[in-house]
Amino acid sequence: MSTLNVRGLTVRGRTVRGPRVQRRTVVLTAAMTALMLGLGLLGLCYGASWSTPGEVLAVLSGAERSVVISEWRLPRVLAGLVFGAALGVAGAIFQNLTRNPMGSPDVIGLDAGAYTGALVAITALSGTSAQLAVGSVIGGLVVAAVIYALSFDQGFSGLRLVVIGIALNAMMTAVNSWIVLRADLEVAIAAVGWSAGSLNAVGWEDLNIPFTAIALLLALMATQAHAMHQAALGDAVATTTGVGLGRLRLLMVLVGVGCTATVTAVAGPIAFIALAAPQIGRRLAGAAGVPLLPAALTGAVLLLGADLVAQMLLAPVALPVGVVSTAIGGCYLIWLLTKEVRRA
Amino acid sequence: MSARLTAREITLRYGDRVVSTRLSLDVPDGAFTAIVGPNGCGKSTLLRAFARLLRPDAGRVELDGREVGDYPAKALAQRLGFLPQDPQAPEDIRVRQLVGRGRFPYQSFLALWSARDERAVTDAMAAAGVADLGDRPVRELSGGQRQRVWMAMVLAQDTPYLLLDEPTSFLDITHQYQLLGLLATLRDQGRTVVAVLHDINQACRFADHLVAMKDGRVAAEGDPTDIVDAALIEDVFELPSVIVPDPVTNTPMVVPTLRADASALRADVPTQRGD
Repeated sequence: MSTLNVRGLTVRGRTVRGPRVQRRTVVLTAAMTALMLGLGLLGLCYGASWSTPGEVLAVLSGAERSVVISEWRLPRVLAGLVFGAALGVAGAIFQNLTRNPMGSPDVIGLDAGAYTGALVAITALSGTSAQLAVGSVIGGLVVAAVIYALSFDQGFSGLRLVVIGIALNAMMTAVNSWIVLRADLEVAIAAVGWSAGSLNAVGWEDLNIPFTAIALLLALMATQAHAMHQAALGDAVATTTGVGLGRLRLLMVLVGVGCTATVTAVAGPIAFIALAAPQIGRRLAGAAGVPLLPAALTGAVLLLGADLVAQMLLAPVALPVGVVSTAIGGCYLIWLLTKEVRRA
Repeated sequence: MSARLTAREITLRYGDRVVSTRLSLDVPDGAFTAIVGPNGCGKSTLLRAFARLLRPDAGRVELDGREVGDYPAKALAQRLGFLPQDPQAPEDIRVRQLVGRGRFPYQSFLALWSARDERAVTDAMAAAGVADLGDRPVRELSGGQRQRVWMAMVLAQDTPYLLLDEPTSFLDITHQYQLLGLLATLRDQGRTVVAVLHDINQACRFADHLVAMKDGRVAAEGDPTDIVDAALIEDVFELPSVIVPDPVTNTPMVVPTLRADASALRADVPTQRGD
């Protein structure tokens, strides 16, 4: 029975045998889940007034009522958890697609593109949450299509895609600044606070649609994880062992952009979680390739942790979580770049 | 010998570069076919067309009368196994995991890993001589070990047809002959083996059917003993040689006449002033 359970757990990650590798994934999953719950509890306790874990648990079980915990802190904690997992998976998807640890949506401009779409929805339209979501998805897809068109030259090259994506990211960031500068004052102020990526003031009403969308996208991706890992063997072997690469890639791009855009529509472009989480998760799991489940768990822990730090750092002023994730992730990116340059 | 895997008048190209025009080839069933020829003659390209990695501009590549591109991906993968020249392993993958990837055509989202997969992997690793490497990370292996691990992966795929692009290229001489012996054994077990080989003498010794290619066309094909002579080697490889019987197997053995003197060092210069 225990083997069956283990396989169930690793379905999304990979099809791995060898007791050592399996045990490590199970331990990682358990440890990350515990860490996630711990950080979540801390997030529910922490605020302008400290609530004891006992009070929090009483509210969660319905024994007591607290608007602060159930209406203010709980949506924020859940958003950190779910969005972190979505960003981690989106990063793992694009790192698999590009076969490059730098090929994550935030680096190649998908966050910036989704944010452009959201900004257009606010400034040109009325900016309802549905418009924001649709605008973000369209923005992300347009950037993905442009990168793909520019980098496809008699074949698919991950590195070329990453380099073009970095350039496009810079361009989209400039476009975003321009939109904000030209916008009305109130819109501009709202947009700037949001532009760093923030979970401040996220409420239940913002989360229904994004949570549903992310759940669907992750479920869809879970069915494709096995093929995605097979595709890591290179185009030739993947094709001749029966992977439909064209369909798989399209699906991966849609899920990756979908996750990124959904998060961006609610919380703005939260950078570097998608970049760092898949690689940290991969190393912790000791796994082959870039597996999805460790990326999702690590992403959730990173975003929850970063959001807590963002709230505590200059308390009572809450920083946008993107400021913290960028500070941490920036150091990681520098390390990654030096490592890649040394290898090249 | 009958052929179930065939190329009919196919035209192959990469971008604007046409490699082959109206090329036809029948792969004899249950035999070991070796494709030889100089660099850039289109032998790997032809193999990729058989593995449906390259769609012909014109003509058809068929298995059992059906275009290979028309098979569902996994159905074809259960029939045709392919090993490219320089396959890439995912980072940090272990040997047994990589060999297990050969079972992909038999798996689905709901049926990930079966006892049959387990058995196929164990058998394939034993056949390729990597049974004791199971838990080692692939990146720590030598080039030769890695090549045998990939061979085990394609064997685990358990296909009646095996297409191999220069499978001996990273192996030392002992392992080259071990691998060729393995391919002959697989042939004896009823599989059809097609391999692009560099060494014409190994091809003559081990293959039942030799296909000599030049400039994207088939220059000659048949039993090595019937077709290999000095004129063919001169035509295909532009190499002057004498053909002697292989002292071990009596198959043709190509012995180039170029010597290690001044003229041989400038083999591309047609005038041989020394002699």
